[in-house]
Amino acid sequence: MSEVSQQGGGGKKDGKVRSKKSSTRIDMTPMVDLAFLLLTFFMLTTTFNKPQTMEITMPDKPKPDDVVPEVNERKVLTLVLGENDKVYWYKGITDPKIEVSNFSADGIRKVLLTQNAQTKDMIVLIKALEKSKYKNMVDILDEMNITSMKRYAIVKVTDVDKDLVKESNL
Amino acid sequence: MVDLAFLLVTFFMLTTKFAPEEPVAVDMPSSISEIKLPEVNILTITISTDGIVFFNMDGKYNRQELLGKIGAKYGIPFDDTDKEKFSLLPSFGIPIQGMKQFLAMSPDERKTVNQTGIPTDSLNNQLADWVVFARTTNPGLRIAIKGDRESNYPIVEKVINTLIDNRVTRFNLITNMEKGPIKL
Repeated sequence: MSEVSQQGGGGKKDGKVRSKKSSTRIDMTPMVDLAFLLLTFFMLTTTFNKPQTMEITMPDKPKPDDVVPEVNERKVLTLVLGENDKVYWYKGITDPKIEVSNFSADGIRKVLLTQNAQTKDMIVLIKALEKSKYKNMVDILDEMNITSMKRYAIVKVTDVDKDLVKESNL
Repeated sequence: MVDLAFLLVTFFMLTTKFAPEEPVAVDMPSSISEIKLPEVNILTITISTDGIVFFNMDGKYNRQELLGKIGAKYGIPFDDTDKEKFSLLPSFGIPIQGMKQFLAMSPDERKTVNQTGIPTDSLNNQLADWVVFARTTNPGLRIAIKGDRESNYPIVEKVINTLIDNRVTRFNLITNMEKGPIKL
């Protein structure tokens, strides 16, 4: 380690016996300790990762004179987010067959991919039941990005959906 | 080595930005999204696990102006010291009626206050006013929702609907990073 040293005494060579001055060495250990302490502190408190965000754009509120576009109900896939991280899904609107899935990679993602392959221009409706968590919504939006769904919308859950989920007993 | 240590200390000291103190700890959900949140012009709506809504906006002068506008709407006169204190406030979840009292407290006292959240009911939707006035104060504002993973969806839906009703159709959901699946 570097040290500051000074030659003690003068350069007199007259033979006089002088008390030997101790050289003024600066002990740097505490300072270095402190430096490392600070270093550790700042390293641990620094947050480098800025938060990520997911950008979503919701449609405007429909105006009263807006024409509602008609869609083929066979192209509609409805996902209902339930409690305990369950996702109910059904295809079509009249007399649907409801099934249950989850958020694992083999769960809803597979459903989305297979359904998307079978249906051209599929429209996904996302409905969240009251018991669902915010996490579920973020996860499902994430799945939409992962499976690169083009048309999806967050819709208010209807009584029909609630009954369907209840009757299915899944 | 000591030189290097000091260099690093200086580096970390200069780059560190202390995370602002939040009234609640929020555990954000994770997503594969890789969009970074901008650092300025951000309005953050925090939703805690128990459904309490907090509001935060950056920009000292914008905040002072915002408090003035809100006060005018609700007939509560805020003076300059109130505004000064308000501009330094972290996220808050206090109904506007209790704001003056809240601002009069010392920062330590504020921590002990049980924040009830900003009302978002349809009858008394103060969040809507905060958002509207914040946007008139700073038109370039981006709105970010920071929700807890375990918060119930209906409260989030209420917040989102409030935003849509005020013609904010584009907003951000703050998430943690998660590794996406390998693209097939």
